[in-house]
Formats: sequence, structure tokens, C-alpha cells
Amino acid sequence: MKMQKATRCALFAVLELARDPGRQLSATDIAEKYGISSNHLAKVLRDLGRAGLVESVRGAGGGYRFSGNVKRVTLYDIIQLFEDVGADCDTAPEAGDETDIGKALCILMQEVDDIARATLRSVTVDTLLKSTSWPVPQHLDQAHKAEV
Amino acid sequence: MNSIDDERAADGATEPTITIRPAGQGDIPFVIALDERNTGLAKPDYWTDLFTRYGGRRGRYFLVAEADGVVSAFIIGEIRAWEFGSPPCGWIFALGVHPDQRLIGLASRLFDVTCEAFRQAGITKVRTMLAVDDNLNMSFFRSQGMRGGPFIQLEKRLD
Repeated sequence: MKMQKATRCALFAVLELARDPGRQLSATDIAEKYGISSNHLAKVLRDLGRAGLVESVRGAGGGYRFSGNVKRVTLYDIIQLFEDVGADCDTAPEAGDETDIGKALCILMQEVDDIARATLRSVTVDTLLKSTSWPVPQHLDQAHKAEV
Repeated sequence: MNSIDDERAADGATEPTITIRPAGQGDIPFVIALDERNTGLAKPDYWTDLFTRYGGRRGRYFLVAEADGVVSAFIIGEIRAWEFGSPPCGWIFALGVHPDQRLIGLASRLFDVTCEAFRQAGITKVRTMLAVDDNLNMSFFRSQGMRGGPFIQLEKRLD
């Protein structure tokens, strides 16, 4: 699954800020750490602010801080702000959708999407942050090495 | 930190004493009632049968958690080796916490004790299977370090 640039920026920002909700970081601080564009990140942070996930702090030493609940906010909550995560077949019909093969493909892709959504809904910010210290499962480690 | 546990602490809630022990016959009415409350389905025969098959059996774990002496949660697990090509592993296939006693660590303690029992039996992996929309349990198991594994559940309609 390939995420859009804005989604990756949003995840990096929310997760980095949520590591220590009392800490304030500027868009530049986060952008430098993750090697992303600070201009792009600034736009993403505004969207995250409107969604109530981060808040900006003005003044000297100002920046952004996490304003959600680490045990309640899920990765799905963040990703759905930037990606169309609805079922593939719910979007505008495309050529071939009405054929028998088109319908079968639609059902298959729905199966894939359902699992992806369920996974993202079940991982909270707290769980993802904890998982940074967990060992990588063997079957995922091998798949990762194969891709690299 | 703005966590649920902190919200609970701010409400003045004190941490109860948690005790984990094997389920007894007298705990089954609690399990039946809790399952009915959580799922909307009454299955007394099912849970009574499960206790007969899993209570106090070697390699099978039917445990309950007490909060300040009151039975408030349960878990059932066993060591299985029936999947295609799978070496023996621990399976957790039932977990319930009374809604009024959530977020105080009962399920985590039950999970830890069950995993420790698996470990003592030489098992190095634990698995479970959930409905894809069972967000409550899925979030819990993920928070305990569980991830998607190399097996996938498949099914087919037979009607």
C-alpha cells in the first residue's frame, strides 16, 4: 500500500508530536527529522489542526503540539483526512465495472480494502508508538528485505 | 498525558486489586451473563460445554480476573497445532471484560498470564482470530503487541 505524500507527512507529524504531548515542535523541526518539505508539512499541520489532532502554540518557542488522545486516535483517523479510504466500489463507477469480471474484481478489491481499513482502525497512536520497540515479525521482516 | 487512564485517575478512581485464577464452575453464570451482555446472544450451553472441555485441562486455560474480589473478566486459550504447516502455538479464542470494569488492566493481566502459561509450555507464538469489524478486541490485541500474521482466514457460503 502506497500512501500519498501528505498522508505520510501527517502521520510523521502526529506521531512525533504524540511521543511527548507536552512538547512543542515547529514544522521545520519535524520536517528536518523526517527529510520532508517544511512548506508541505505546514499545510498538512493546518489540516491536522482543523481536525483537532494538533494545536498551534504562538509566541517564542511556539510550534505545534498533539491535542488528541493517544489511546483513542487511530491511524485511520489521520489517514482518512488525506486519502480516499472508502470502498473502491463506492466511488464513481468506471468502465467495465458492470461486466462479470468487473464485478468479481470489485468484490476482491473490497475484501482487500476491508482488511486495510480494519487494520488502520485498530491501531491507535499509542500502539504505533509502542510498536517502535517491538521486534519485527519474521514474515514481515523477510518481505521488507525482499522489497529493499 | 491526556490518556484514558489519566481521565480515570482524575475522576478519583483508585486502582483495584486484580487477581487472576482458573475459572471454577461457579464463575460460569458470570461468563454467560457477560457474553450475553456484550454480544446480545445467550449461549449458556456453549459456555457450560467450554468449561467442561477447557476448565483445568492440561494445555488449556480458562481464567477469570477478579477486581477487588469481584469476578469481572475472563479469557480462554489453548495450545493448538492444527493450521496448515503451523507448529504448536498458543491460541486465545475468548475474552470478555465487564463494561464497568474496562480500562483498569484486567484484559492485559489475563493476556499476560495466559501468554506466560504458553511460554512455560515451550510455546513461542500466540495467535487469535477476530471479526474484521471487532474494533474493540482488535485494538486491545494490537496494543498487546499482536500483529497480522502469515495465515489468512478464508470462507465459503454453503447454502
